[in-house]
Amino acid sequence: MLSPYIPILVQAIIVAGLGAAILGVSALVGVRKRSSEKLAPYECGIAPVGNARGRFSVSFYLVGMLFILFDVEAVFLYPWAVVFKSLHWAGFIEMFLYILILLAGYVYVWKKGALDWTR
Amino acid sequence: MTGDIIRLFPEIVLGVSGILVILFAPFVPPRRQSLLGWFALFGVVAAGAADALTARDPGLAFGGSVSADSFSVYFIALFLLVAGVTILGSIHYLERENLPAGEFYALILLATLGMALMAAGLDLVLVFLGLELSSLSTYILAGYRRHDKRSNEASLKYFLLGSFATAFFLYGIAFVYGLSGTTNLMTLARRVGAAGGPNRTFAAVALLLIFVGLGFKVSAAPFQIWTPDVYQGAPAPVVAFLSVGPKAAAFAVLLRVFFGPLSEGSHMAFWLLWLSAILTMCLGNLAAIWQSNVKRLLAYSAIAQAGYILVGFAAGSADGRSAVSFYLVTYALMNTGAFLLVAQLAGGGEGRTEIDDYKGLARECPGKAAVLSVLLLSLSGIPTTAGFLGKFYLFRAAVDSHLIALTIIAVLNSVVSVYYYFRLIVVMYMEEGPAAVSTARLPGSLWAALAVSVAGIFYLGIFPSAFLEFARLTSNLLPH
Repeated sequence: MLSPYIPILVQAIIVAGLGAAILGVSALVGVRKRSSEKLAPYECGIAPVGNARGRFSVSFYLVGMLFILFDVEAVFLYPWAVVFKSLHWAGFIEMFLYILILLAGYVYVWKKGALDWTR
Repeated sequence: MTGDIIRLFPEIVLGVSGILVILFAPFVPPRRQSLLGWFALFGVVAAGAADALTARDPGLAFGGSVSADSFSVYFIALFLLVAGVTILGSIHYLERENLPAGEFYALILLATLGMALMAAGLDLVLVFLGLELSSLSTYILAGYRRHDKRSNEASLKYFLLGSFATAFFLYGIAFVYGLSGTTNLMTLARRVGAAGGPNRTFAAVALLLIFVGLGFKVSAAPFQIWTPDVYQGAPAPVVAFLSVGPKAAAFAVLLRVFFGPLSEGSHMAFWLLWLSAILTMCLGNLAAIWQSNVKRLLAYSAIAQAGYILVGFAAGSADGRSAVSFYLVTYALMNTGAFLLVAQLAGGGEGRTEIDDYKGLARECPGKAAVLSVLLLSLSGIPTTAGFLGKFYLFRAAVDSHLIALTIIAVLNSVVSVYYYFRLIVVMYMEEGPAAVSTARLPGSLWAALAVSVAGIFYLGIFPSAFLEFARLTSNLLPH
């Protein structure tokens, strides 16, 4: 009864094997030249500035979190837009309610002053 | 479509009122925050009316993923009772501790919505969503006293261990799906019946995983470790809610899953419940004896109570199941009341929660001491209180199922529990004061909440028959 899952097993083995092979070969064959640049922490290619324990304003995290929340909301709109016609009014009402609930959250966040950068 | 919506009406009312509370919260001036509490309470009452409405037209909704039947109506009424009493008892607390009120009530309402979905959901994925909604809300509530380190610790512990346990529950659902190709309990029953019983190994693994996930929520041994720390650190009104609400919801799901097709013809499920019942009772009661903090004492007592409820599970009969439903209501009345009163007595900053702080309370505030004594007497199971009858039905169901050893252990445990419940009563009545706990007058809203608890305890303890009929209806786990 598990036979349909054999391709998945094969794929898992190939994935694990490939990963191990690439890392293993580069560890065995690769040339290692250490320089101070190479050992520095990777910050998207930009030269590191300051200590990792520097302090940010809390607003930074708050805004970042809110951005993700409302960004994910937008992601949901795309698949909905694709099947919009076949869903008819029911789909419209459901999405309307969904946006309405998020709007309530938006009003709450705004009124609470979470978007106030200079607070 | 309209029929679907009517069958989901209590949940919709809860969701809408939760969202409205959080929407209104920033607009209500800080000194009128108690208005939000009354609004939330109104939402709970409206949801109760909606629950009564669904009871008149039972049936399936949304493609069989939700069921409005006597089981869901009963449990939703129980959750609403807990939510209502908690909201009523928190209005003064939040003002005293200067905590934001809107988010508190909104989270209570949303957690109640999650629990309602757990009881009404027939699709395990929907049940999981409900579990997550109620869990996430209670994780936040446990850390609601943000500037208190213990409250933060409670929240973090509850969150880490809770999400770990939820993963087990989800894994169990995955096994159910692998076993039958469905996550819907009705379809599962049909398919497994047609296939001549489930694959034993898979069914056992699925049951075990689901038990781990929900056993955490009900603090059944060996998954009870988090309980004392969380109950001690979290704000007491929150504990009043989370020691009862999510527990009852998890028990509701356990009822539906453990007495379904998965455990058919399997001894594993029975021995699992049997063993866990004994462990939970013994660990809870033996640890409670040594506690010097009231919140911790009640936490261990809550573990022990979960053990008694598991005795009803182990009995397995229809009587056992209705005894579980009945006991959950009595437990809700006792425990919510006790924690709300402890919250009031603890005074500002919840500083006074040691047993010694209660010395001589009876002389200074005879009313409060009497109410707390009634709640403790009921928890220990003294006759004329609901706690006695609840335990009696549970143990009788176990005897009827010929579980003599389990019943003897349960009764012995019950005797042990009398010791630590009475210790608190003795401290209040027999030892010399002055009491260190807050002796301020009870605010009206809390008074009303406690009145509901105490009246309920005596009503169910003396005239149980009408309510027992209702509880008996819940032994039909799936709609026909």
